[in-house]
Parts: sequence; C-alpha cells; structure tokens
Amino acid sequence: MKFAVLVFPGSNCDIDCYKAVEDTIGQPVDYVWHTATDLSAYDAILVPGGFSYGDYLRCGAIARFADVMSEVKKAAEQGKFILGICNGFQILTEAGLLPGALIRNTGLKFRCHATQLEVVNNGTAFTNQYSQGEIINIPIAHGEGNYFCDDATLAQLKANNQIVFRYAGDTNPNGSLENIAGICNERGNVVGMMPHPERAIDQLLGSEDGKRMFTSILNAWREQNGAAVNS
Amino acid sequence: MAQQLTAKEPTAEQIADQRIYTQFGVTDYEYELICGFLGRKPNYTEIGVFSVMWSEHCSYKNSKPILKKFPVTGPRVLMGPGEGAGIVDIGDNQAVVFKIESHNHPSAVEPYQGAATGVGGIIRDIFSMGARPVAMLNSLRFGNLENERVKYLFENVVSGIAGYGNCIGIPTVAGEVMFDESYEGNPLVNAMCVGLIDHDKIQRGVAKGVGNTVFYVGPATGRDGIHGATFASVELSEESEEKRTAVQVGDPFMEKLVMEATLELINSGIVLGIQDMGAAGLTCSSAEMASKAGNGLELYLDEVPQRETGMTPYEMMLSESQERMLFVVEPRHEEQAREIFERWGVICAKVGKVTDDGRLRLFHQGEEVANMPVKALVDECPVYNKPSAEPAYFRESASVDTADFAEITDLTSALEKVLASPTVASKEWVYNQYDYMVRTSTAVQPGSDAAVVTIRGTRKALAMTTDCNGRYVYLDPEMGGRIAVAEAARNIVCSGAEPLAITDNLNFGNPEKPEVFWQLEKAADGMSEACVALGAPVIGGNVSLYNENAKGAIYPTPVIGMVGLVHDTDHITTQGFKSEGDIIILVGETKAEFGGSELQYVMNGAASGRPPAIDLANEKKVLDALLGAIQQGLVASAHDLSEGGIAVALAESCISGGVGASVALTSELRPDHLLFSESQSRVLLSSKPEKAVALQAWLSEQGVVNAVIGEVKGSGLSINVNGKSGINAPVKQLEKVWKDAIPCLMK
Repeated sequence: MKFAVLVFPGSNCDIDCYKAVEDTIGQPVDYVWHTATDLSAYDAILVPGGFSYGDYLRCGAIARFADVMSEVKKAAEQGKFILGICNGFQILTEAGLLPGALIRNTGLKFRCHATQLEVVNNGTAFTNQYSQGEIINIPIAHGEGNYFCDDATLAQLKANNQIVFRYAGDTNPNGSLENIAGICNERGNVVGMMPHPERAIDQLLGSEDGKRMFTSILNAWREQNGAAVNS
Repeated sequence: MAQQLTAKEPTAEQIADQRIYTQFGVTDYEYELICGFLGRKPNYTEIGVFSVMWSEHCSYKNSKPILKKFPVTGPRVLMGPGEGAGIVDIGDNQAVVFKIESHNHPSAVEPYQGAATGVGGIIRDIFSMGARPVAMLNSLRFGNLENERVKYLFENVVSGIAGYGNCIGIPTVAGEVMFDESYEGNPLVNAMCVGLIDHDKIQRGVAKGVGNTVFYVGPATGRDGIHGATFASVELSEESEEKRTAVQVGDPFMEKLVMEATLELINSGIVLGIQDMGAAGLTCSSAEMASKAGNGLELYLDEVPQRETGMTPYEMMLSESQERMLFVVEPRHEEQAREIFERWGVICAKVGKVTDDGRLRLFHQGEEVANMPVKALVDECPVYNKPSAEPAYFRESASVDTADFAEITDLTSALEKVLASPTVASKEWVYNQYDYMVRTSTAVQPGSDAAVVTIRGTRKALAMTTDCNGRYVYLDPEMGGRIAVAEAARNIVCSGAEPLAITDNLNFGNPEKPEVFWQLEKAADGMSEACVALGAPVIGGNVSLYNENAKGAIYPTPVIGMVGLVHDTDHITTQGFKSEGDIIILVGETKAEFGGSELQYVMNGAASGRPPAIDLANEKKVLDALLGAIQQGLVASAHDLSEGGIAVALAESCISGGVGASVALTSELRPDHLLFSESQSRVLLSSKPEKAVALQAWLSEQGVVNAVIGEVKGSGLSINVNGKSGINAPVKQLEKVWKDAIPCLMK
C-alpha cells in the first residue's frame, strides 16, 4: 500500500505524518509537492497539519487552489483513502470534500494539549481497529478547530453516521458543534479531524492511541484488495 | 518623493557641524575615530552604517570586558561565541546548536510583533549554521500581573511567541515566566532556539573567495526596523512609543520557506558562507561576513529587492526587515542556488561580490555612495571599561536577617499563597498556547524541570531549560550568577541528562551607571565560576543593556539557557511522583535562607537581604551523584527545589503525578523556615521501595546529604514537622489554586 503526504508551502506536520506511516505500518510513503498533477500511484493521501500559505486568510482557503487538489478530488471520487489532519481537515472542508467549516476556537486562543476522543463510528476505513464508543487519547494543536455547519448538514451527518470522533464528556476544547472532532464524507473514504493521531504513536511521547488509525487504513485497503494483495 | 528624501539627507559637513551623529548615539570621540579611519568626514549613509555597527547591540563595546570572563572552551565545544550560534558535539557525528537572544525593547512598545520577531531572529541564527531547528524555549519577565498594562504585555508577548513558533512548525517546549515590579515598563523577552546538525554540514558566516557572488534571499526590504539596533542600545522613555517604526513585523510563513530553502541550499554543498540579517540588517551581515574572511564586499543597492519606492542607501542598509539572509557562492553555482529558492517561491537576488580590498563599498544609481574599511566597522569600535561601583543597597542589606519575620502558623494557607503567586503558579495558560508537540519528538513537555526532545534514529535525547532568579542576582550578583547556572544544571540533571554547555542572555540596566556595571561584572564572575565548576562552558549569547524604566534599572537578569545530553531515553526522568508506596528522599541541607525568596516576595512585596548561599563544589557532587543514580535506574522522580522550597516542590510533584504524599520532617529550624527556605543544591527524589535502600546507599557513598522523608500515598499532601501537623490539604485543592491563579488574573 502506497501513501502520499502532501506538502504545501507552510505544511509542518508533513514530516510527522511521514514518520507515522513508517513507524506504525512500515508502508512505502512519499512526500508529494503541492504542484503535483498525478496521484495515480497512491492508495492513500494524507493532508498534513501546519499553516499552508501562512493561513493569513481563512485556514486552507488558498491551499484548496493548489494544483494537487484537483488530483485529491479525483482520488476521492475513485474511493481512495484520504485523511486530513488539522490544517488538512481545514483544507478538505475548503475544497468541498467534507461538509462544514472550522472557525476560531471559542477561547480565541491557540490550544495545544492532550484530549480524550470518543470513537463515534468505528465502521470507517480509518477507525476499524477501535471499538465503538472507545475513549482514546489524541492531542490537539490549533487555533481554528471549532467545527461548524448548518442544521441540515448536521442532520445529514448524523443520518449517515458521518461523525467519526467527538471530544469526550465535557472536554470540548474549542466550542465545536456537538463536540465534533472528526467527520467523514458520505462514502466514508475521506476523513477530516482536528486532533493529531500522528502525534500519538509512541508511549514515550504521551500516547500510542493514534497508531490504530494507521493500522485501520492498512487493514481496510487489504480487505478492499482481497487476495490479490500479499504484502 | 525619492529626490525629496535624498535631498533631505544632511551633507558630511552638516553632520560634522551640527553634530548630527550624536542623534545616532555616536560620541564626539567616536566620530573623530571614524573620520580617522575614513581619512575624511563620513556622509549620511556612512555615519548611519558606523553608528549601528558601533552600537552596543552589534559591537558589545561596553560588555566585551565582561564577556572575556566566561569560559568558552571544553572537550565537546565545536564552535564557541562569535558565529550565529555555538555548537556542541553529542557523538555519532551529530552536534547540537543553540543560542538565546533578547527582544526586550521591541516587546515593550509592540509586544506581539516584538516577541514574534524575537523568535524569528533566533531561529534564523540556528538554521543559518546549517542546523535543523528542533525546539524553542523562552524566558520572560513582566511586572506585577495585577497591573493592566502588564496583562496587556503578557497576553500579547505570549501570543506573539505562539503565533510565530506555531506557524513555522518548531515546538516551543520549555521556558520560564516571572513577575516582579522591577520589570514594569521594561519586560524581558528572551527566546532560545536549539537545532541539530551533522558535523560536516556546519556553516560559517564568511565571505570567502574573491570574485564570488553575494546573494540576498528573503522578502523585499522595507523601511521597517530602521535603527532597531540603536533603539536596543538606549533606555526606554516616553518617546519610545514614537519609535514603534523601529519594531519590525514578522512573517513566519516566509521564514518557514526561507528556512526550508536555505537548508536545501546548504545540503547541496555549494554554500561558501551564509549569515542571517538580524540586527542592523544588510549592514551587519555584509560587514561581518567580509571581516571574518579578511575580504571586502561590493553591494549594488539597486539590485536589493525593495518593498517601497524611493528607498535611499541609508534606509536599505539600516532596515531590519525580517526573514532575510545573505550568502556567498561561486559564480558557477549561481543558477543552482536560484533554482532552489524559486522552487520555494522565495526572492533571490544577486546583490554583490567579494573583493580583495578589505572595504565595504556601496553603489547606488551608478555612483559609489559609501566606501568604508571593513575592519574599522567590525573590529575597531572602541571598547569601554566602564567605571564600576558597589551600590549602597548591597552594603546596607548585608546586615538584614532574612529569617527574622513573625512565625507563620497557618502553613497550609501560606503554601496556597505561594502556589498562587504568578511566578510559582502553573504556566499552563502560557504553554497551552504553544504547539510544543510538532515534530513529534517532545518526550518531556513543558511544566517539568527541563524539557526533553528525542533524536530520531538514536536512543539519545536533549534536555533543555532556561533559568534565572533576578531577585537573587540583584541582592548579590555574584551569588545570584552562580545560582542561575547551578539551577539550570540541576534542572538538566533532574531530567536525566548530563549538562553540556550554556548560552546566556545578560539583561541589565544602563551600563553607564557604575552600580549597574558593578552588577554586570559580579554576575559574570559568579556565572563563570559556576560554569567552570559544573563543566558547562558558555558557547554564545546575547547582551541586552539599558533595560530601565522610570523607576530605574530592572533586576539584573542573566538568563541561562542550558542544554544537556540524555545518553539513553530510559534515563528520562520527570518531576511527578509515580506510584503509591514510592519512597520520598530529600537531598541536600536546609538552612533558613529567605533573601529574594518567593515567600519574602509574597509577604513583603520586595526582595531584601542576601540570597541563599551556594557551594559550587557541593553542587557538583550532588549533580554527579544524582545523574549516576538516575542512570542506574534508582530514581522514579526528581524535582529541583527552587522558588517556595520543600513545600512547593512536594506540592508540584504531587500535582504532576496526580497522587498524594505523606511526609514527616524533623529539624531544628522553625517549621515555616524549614518548609519555605530556598537553600540551594537540594533535590526531591522518589524511588521504588525496593530500590530506595540502594539509592540512599549510593547517595551517601558519594558524600551527599540525604534523608527519607516520606512516601507517595493517598490523594492528599500531608507534611508533619517534628511530629506536629504542618501542611494538610487535598492535592486537588492545591492543584486548583496553582492552576487557576494565572487564568483568573487574565480574565
């Protein structure tokens, strides 16, 4: 299974995502520059965190126009696995691949700390190694992670089981609607989340609860590709 | 407009006759010297260039005699002071690069941008050496947090540090923040950056090879920050507000691109010399690079990318626009260099060449507009041996008995008061605004004695801390200087690391005042003694003088940034108690020492008397024994005793560990003295019960005073003194007091 980690000017969790793929599932992974016009070689695309183009406008508002984004859309249509983390989530919503928007944290401050997440949907390609309702420890680091959408969209998210993660209990750090921390598209092959699973893959650094996101993806891909795959 | 501006520039004659040079901080004596070096009177551009090169900020003309005191060599030192940053060997062809720098005056007038550009500047110092920045630290001082202006400064300085560091993607992993009236109106904002490098990639800021090409990279030059270095070299006053234009505006996104492109350029192996444009911008970087190579430099100012129209040579040379670098390559590599920067979307302009005449020559619109000897700019600034005088307060305070205060009987409420003092209180409000985890290497997060950052592909890690108690330094600069270094080393060792070296930031008042110069001299003496005793040389640093406000000089604050090497990640140790039943051991001796202590400040609102005394030989013994114990796996937690003494250290170890402790102390001292004294060279340890005997035996064998004082137990902190109840409180309650203090004040 081959992974692409997109690199926009200002991406800064690209290295962490790359290392996470190497360290958790040992699959081949490439950095792919924002100007790339062909992603056909990749089975999964990680859109990393950071401050693409400085995020001086709305976060992700410029990155959505990068050349590589039309390829990301194509890959989404083809059913490939796409995971946007933090700024990557913001970019995916700006690009229309996921519904809703991320607005400023209610406290108006950047927040970086461990958070408890509830796995709301373990039926996705990204969460199949977690149990339904499991509480996992994954950190956040963002200033604009307050998820917002209109009532109709929210109803749809619920009806289609598109809410993947919520901040557990009363720990909502940013004011997100219904404690939403991560969502997927209708088809379930595109996930966006504000917390950073790639920062939770080693007990030495505080948690390894993020590991299973990567093993989930590999597992889903193997199932999808059935006996044809031996790796 | 361009003509008007140019026409306004005074002539060389007018500069001499009207003594215009004095406005730039150049004295009559210095002006005469400059005329001598040039063999004529300097024009406006030239006097501008000389004035910044000869400012304290660039020339260290007042502090050079002080800096000479520091030990700067050691078996691991690969590069000492003089380059962008110092470098220390950590084995396996790897080295650590680090430096601290101040941005005090800019932060006093424009806290967000002042702090942000301080962060940007120090990061450039690190990557211009060829190193990958891996962590940031800071050291901050503000006035009393009850004051509205102080709140504004605190809020925006923290926000500025966060804004820059988070965006560029370098984790801010540690720091310290202290509050005292002394810093009102003149906050201290010191930023430190730590990078990693392979030995063969180390770069220097030299303009090598006559005929080689000088490139300018980074955003276009504007009129921002003109005379920033001069601004940093005078006292702040009401007029400082008007000097807001001397504060630069940061663009962390641009710096991220410049950093990635620069590291790629350096990796390509074609760079001959590189230096960032920090203080005094194009002037300082070009003159220093030429000087280090013993060469000259020609700059073609029409080629300098400009953000505004009609900029004069004077403005271009003195601008401190941010995120700019200067580098030298052979002409045959010009295209390769350009391609790298184009790929990252960063402006790259050929602005000059290396010459052999030892002169800095500037050309603009077809004319030579300045021609100065490089050596005179960089090396010939006069060095001043300022008069020094022992201040009256120092003599008077010798007789103050710091333990002579009415006995505190409600010790629990005294502990809560100290825990709620903003200097001691949890800094979560601060560090939760910093991304301290990006790059996924932060093994010990902010809030412990020192942060620890792992090194990928090895079992090694780096411990890092910033420390200085300005109150101690004020009360006795020599003792305070020793303590600052020793406390940094204690924090490093408590984290399981061997101290490697320090970078220092000397924040002092106006050195022209003999009492201030005396503080500077004595503090440097004390720091030097401690560096020698503890085997941690000074590999670089920064001097920030003229830190004064209406009430006088700030407390002398020589901030120590120390980096240590964790030989194996198994040695990483934190301050929190680990499990119930663990044995608590106190290392070191307690005397009734309260000069400059947190208890004294909380009770009296001021520092008086002598600070705690430190015996450096004993400190070294304690640190060696502790590191040995940690490396043998005998220690479960370790916490340095500092502000607030045993009581605060116990509370913090309980809070961090989420457990309680039951402690019984016996002493001839009064209970309040025993619990809050800030005697030095003390550490609070805990150990698994089965290892405690071995730990005690080891410590005693090493000649280190130690005693079992209790065990980790329950959910409350209970401290008995001489059989009587002293402190008794649920840990949750102490945690609330400690954690809520700063957020409550900032609401």
